[in-house]
Amino acid sequence: MLTALSILLDAISYGMVLFTISIGLSIMMGLMRVVNLAHGAFAMIGGYLASYALKTLGVSYPIAIIMAVVGTIIISIPFEVLLYRRIYRHSDALTQLLLTIGITFVIIGLANFTLGPTSKPIPLPAALSGPFDLGFRMIATHRLLVIACGLVTALALWLLIDKTEFGVRMRAAVDNGDMAESLGIRTQWIYSATFALAVGLAAFGGVLGAEMLPIEPFYALRYMVTFLVVVSVGGAGSILGALSASLFLGLADTTGKYLAPEFGEFFFYLAVILTVFLFPRGLLGRAH
Amino acid sequence: MAEEIIKYDMPRRGFPLQQEIFGLLTVAVVGAIGYFAFPDDLAFLTRLISITLLVLSLDLVTGYCGVATLGQAALFGVSAYAVGNACIAGITNPLILLAIGAFTGSIMGLISGALITRFQGLPQLVLSIAIGQLVSSLANKLSSLTGGSDGLSGITPAPIFGVFTFDMYSRTSYVFSLATLAVVMVLLLRFVRSPFGLLCRGIKDDSLRALMIGASAYPRLVVMYGVSGIVAGLGGALMAINTGVVGLDSVSFERSAEVLVMLVLGGAGNLWGALAGAVIFQIFEHIVSAANPFHWMTLVGLLLILIVIFAPRGLGHSIASLWSSFSQRRPGS
Repeated sequence: MLTALSILLDAISYGMVLFTISIGLSIMMGLMRVVNLAHGAFAMIGGYLASYALKTLGVSYPIAIIMAVVGTIIISIPFEVLLYRRIYRHSDALTQLLLTIGITFVIIGLANFTLGPTSKPIPLPAALSGPFDLGFRMIATHRLLVIACGLVTALALWLLIDKTEFGVRMRAAVDNGDMAESLGIRTQWIYSATFALAVGLAAFGGVLGAEMLPIEPFYALRYMVTFLVVVSVGGAGSILGALSASLFLGLADTTGKYLAPEFGEFFFYLAVILTVFLFPRGLLGRAH
Repeated sequence: MAEEIIKYDMPRRGFPLQQEIFGLLTVAVVGAIGYFAFPDDLAFLTRLISITLLVLSLDLVTGYCGVATLGQAALFGVSAYAVGNACIAGITNPLILLAIGAFTGSIMGLISGALITRFQGLPQLVLSIAIGQLVSSLANKLSSLTGGSDGLSGITPAPIFGVFTFDMYSRTSYVFSLATLAVVMVLLLRFVRSPFGLLCRGIKDDSLRALMIGASAYPRLVVMYGVSGIVAGLGGALMAINTGVVGLDSVSFERSAEVLVMLVLGGAGNLWGALAGAVIFQIFEHIVSAANPFHWMTLVGLLLILIVIFAPRGLGHSIASLWSSFSQRRPGS
C-alpha cells in the first residue's frame, strides 16, 4: 500500500513535468498542425538560460524562470521568422519532421560546442530543496511546486484558449486561415504569438523539470520521442488529453521502473502502442 | 506526378531487362572503383553497403508507399541479432546466414507493417517510433541473446563456398557485400516497376482512388513492409557477418533517423536516389566525424534544413531538373 502510494506520488510529479513541457508541443501540433520535433531543444535552451541566470548572475529562482522563458522566446524568433513560417500551412508531415530534426541537430551541436558536454545544474533555493512531510511519507518540496505549476498551467491555458478573444481568433485562424484573414484576423501574427506561447511553455517546463530530466546537450534528442508520444497519446491540441496522457504515461513509466528496472523503457512504450491502437486520435483528441 | 511515372517507371520498349543490366553494371563498376581506389578503407565500405541496404528498404516503404517511419532500424537490428545467434549456435555458412537474415527481416517487416500501416499521420509515426524503442529496450534487457550493452560478439562465419575466407583486410567481405547489393538492386529495380510496385505508388499518391479501382491499401502496404524487411534483414545479416559484432546501436533510434536523412538527401521514391544518398552521406560522415563528431551533428542539421528549403525532393531530383532545364535552354540560346 505504501509502495503504491509512493509510486503514485512520483508518477504524478513526473507526469506533471511531462505535461508542462509537452503542452506547448500539443498546442503547436493540435492547433497549428506542425510536428515540431525541436520542441525539446527549446526546453533545453530554457534550462541553460536558467542555469546561467542562477549560477553566474545569481538572481533568485522565480526571476531565473522568467528570464529563461523570455530569453528562449527571443532566441526562437529568428527560427520562427526564417524557418517555421514555411511549414505552418500547406506542408506535409515528412517536411516538418525533417526541418525540425535538422533544427534540433543544429541546436545540439552548437550547445555541445559552446557549453560543453556536461549537464548543467539548476540549483534550487533553500525553501524548495528540503523535504516536505505529507504524514505518511516525505516528498521533496520541489515536486509539490511542480505539481502545482502543472495544474495552474493547465487552468490558465484552458482559460486562454477557450475563454479569451485571443483563443477565439487563434482557433479561427487555424480552422480556416483564408476565411479568418478575410474577416480581418491577422493570421500571421496569431501564428507567431502561438509559436511564442508554445516555446515559452517548453522553456518553463524545461526549467521546472530539470531535477528529473537533467539539462545536457543531448536533452533535445533524448526526450524528443517522449514528448511526441505524450502528445500523440493525449490527442494533439487537447489540454485535458495532454494532462491525462502525461499522468498515465508517467504512471506506466514510474511503475515499470519501480517494479522491473532492468526493462528500461519497455513498459512505457508498450503502454504507448496499446493506447495508440485503441485510441488512434489520442485519449481525448478531436476529430479533424 | 503522373507524367513522371510514365517518364521514369513504365517499362519502355527496347531490349528487355535494360534497366536491370544497367543497374548491375553500375553497381559493379562503382564497386570495383571503390575496391581498387581505396584498398585500405574496405572495412568502412563494407559497412557502408550494409547501411545502404537499410536505406533501400526504407525507400520501399517511405518513398514508394508514403509511410513515415522512424523505426526502420528495428528490422535491421533484429535480423543482425538473429544471424549473430545462429552463427554462434553453429550455422556458419554465410549464404545460409544471409537467408536467415532475410527471413527474420521479413517476419519483423510483416509484424511492424501490420501494426504501423493501420494508421496514418501522427499515430503512424508514433507507432513506428514506439516499436523501434520497444525492440531497442528488449535488446538491452535480453542480454543472454544480445549481449546487452557490450554487444554480441564472437561471430565467426565459415569461408564462402568453403573457399573464400573472411580476411582481416575485408576483401572477401567487401566483394560478398557488393554482390549481395548488386543482386538486391537488380531485383528491386524489377520489383518497383512490377504491377504491384506501381500499385503501391498509386496508393501513396491517392489511396482513395486506388480503393475505387479495387486495390485496398492495407494488405499491400503490409506485403511491401515484408519485402522491405527482407532487404533490411540482408543488410543486418551482412553487418553481423562482416564485422563479427552486433551492438545496440543497430536497433537505435539514431540509426533510424540517420537512414531517413540519407534517403531524403538522395530523394525518396527512387532507388538510385536512395543509393546515392546513402553513399554520399556516409562518405561525408566518415570524413567530417573523424574531425569532430559534434560538428558533424551541426552539419547534418544544416544540411537537412537546406534540403527542405532548397531541394525538398532530394538532391537527385534537383540535379535532374536543373539538368533538364539546362539542356532545354541550350538549343534556344
